[in-house]
Amino acid sequence: MAKPEAGLKRAHFKDVRLPVLLLLPQLAILLFFFFIPSFRALGQAFFLSDPFGNTVHFVGLDNFAQLLQSDTYHESVKATVVFTILQNLLTIAVALVLAFASDRVIRGRGIYKAIILLPYAIAPVIAGILWAFLFNPAVGPLAHVLHAIGFAWDPNRVGSDAMILVILAASWKHVCYDYIFLLAGLLAVPSSLLEAAAVDGAGPLKRFFSIGLPLLMPTMFFLAVMNFVYGFFEIFAIVDAVTQGGPAGATNVLVFKVYVDGFINLDLGSSAAQSVILMIFALFMTLLQFRYVERRVSYDV
Amino acid sequence: MVERAPVLDAVCHAILLVGVACVCVPLYLAFVAGSLTIGEVQQVPLPWLPGDQFVQNLRTAWTQANFGRLFLNSFIVALGITVGKIAVSLLSAFAITYFRFRFRMTAFWLIFVSLMLPIEVRISPTYESVANAALPVQWLVETLHLSQVWNAVTGHSIDIQLSWNMVDTYPGLILPLIASASATFLFRQFFLTVPDELCEAARIDGASPMHFFWTILLPLSRSNIAALAIILFLYGWNQYLWPLLFTTDKDMATAVIGLKHLIPRSDSQPAWNVAMSAALLTMLPPILVVVALQRSFVKGLVDSSK
Repeated sequence: MAKPEAGLKRAHFKDVRLPVLLLLPQLAILLFFFFIPSFRALGQAFFLSDPFGNTVHFVGLDNFAQLLQSDTYHESVKATVVFTILQNLLTIAVALVLAFASDRVIRGRGIYKAIILLPYAIAPVIAGILWAFLFNPAVGPLAHVLHAIGFAWDPNRVGSDAMILVILAASWKHVCYDYIFLLAGLLAVPSSLLEAAAVDGAGPLKRFFSIGLPLLMPTMFFLAVMNFVYGFFEIFAIVDAVTQGGPAGATNVLVFKVYVDGFINLDLGSSAAQSVILMIFALFMTLLQFRYVERRVSYDV
Repeated sequence: MVERAPVLDAVCHAILLVGVACVCVPLYLAFVAGSLTIGEVQQVPLPWLPGDQFVQNLRTAWTQANFGRLFLNSFIVALGITVGKIAVSLLSAFAITYFRFRFRMTAFWLIFVSLMLPIEVRISPTYESVANAALPVQWLVETLHLSQVWNAVTGHSIDIQLSWNMVDTYPGLILPLIASASATFLFRQFFLTVPDELCEAARIDGASPMHFFWTILLPLSRSNIAALAIILFLYGWNQYLWPLLFTTDKDMATAVIGLKHLIPRSDSQPAWNVAMSAALLTMLPPILVVVALQRSFVKGLVDSSK
């Protein structure tokens, strides 16, 4: 018996042509729609081209240098950081409270869970449209409530209001994701630990904070990474539908700026340089996921 | 944990009810707004009870946004992504886990790398690739100076121009979204847990690899496939950036893109009633899928972490 190879079944076939044929569709799709575009993005980032692609000059790192000096880019980075951090905190906090409560209740857990999970099925753009309506300063019922209690709410004019609106819509859509993982984690806490703590006189809250929460830490870390990725990329639909990056660039997050610079302003070099920066970020986040996160989640939620 | 804590339990129910309300109230208000006339929807405050215009608004939205066609497109794209991704992933996971061949690890890493970059960051080069899928071949031709070589060898001069435009086609909408190997890894993990004896027995019985795949591996994977299919259907139906960029022809847009065009932009005629009824309509297919297949859905969500 040959030495076992990583990720190969002990009982396997020794064929050469068949596995190549089996891999062919996947590798062809990856080559055309993943590898070539990714390398082209890398290439474009070092060139300056006119919008029609007729003339192309090699400019080295100029595109990056210009980006790092540009104020709008700085603002975009700031908006992205503010958005992702607040979205992350809000989502995890709400999900944790809901998961704790679901773990505690017996009656009705299935129904609560089913309803809280619903937003997962709803497209980010639809979540955006719903919240844009609810908080529309002219007709929105929730905006009306805010006005009634003396809050001059107007996301069309005030940057921070627009940011709050985007954060609310994104979190509303994403809480369910964190919730299901946290609930699975809580349900997987060994009951022997909980019973021992209960015998020692620890109440439900005490047990949650001293046993459940520490055991959930790896899951929380995984979720934080996933929330950052979600916040970075899926936010595009919400911003495009709700604020279009405005007012005055207050919600012009990085993915939206890549799109606007590349497809509307046709500044391909700069857009590609921004893509490359985002790629590096995405790469980093993925490595974090694989490096630190050992997920052991039971499926019987 | 058997223990009486009636106050805490009541608090927990209250928390969950607030959570449920946070999900339901926006949907209910959307329904109310979607059932009013355009005059009523502009009242402040909005009435708490629905009006009787829901069907009328739906009809308006349906014709105004051409939803008949767009829903068909959304179904084709979502099903195409689901079936396509599962098919190529099953095959490549099978190849990687059940065959020993020379470039097994190379193939594994090539697929692995693709997990790292979401389509949003490589959007404009992907667009170019799909706008002309022959571009890489063209590039190869130019880099290798094939036409000069041809010229030197044969004395004839030719100009090689290749193009394969996929803009406004279903493959153009579907294929780039299949190009991430998350599902391959899910199936790989699953195959590694399948008992070795099954494959050994199949081989002793003289079954060919594909026979083993069809009659043993595939039936065993059924629940994983179902779980993943739900997640992928939602993913495909809810795609936004790619169809937005990629469809210039209105008849090739998907439902969520059509919905975007119904959002009132000016305050002169804010038809929120039509927009809200259309939003409810567009979210209906994915919600039905989730509600009908709740158990598999949760499994798929936790499994694929996407």
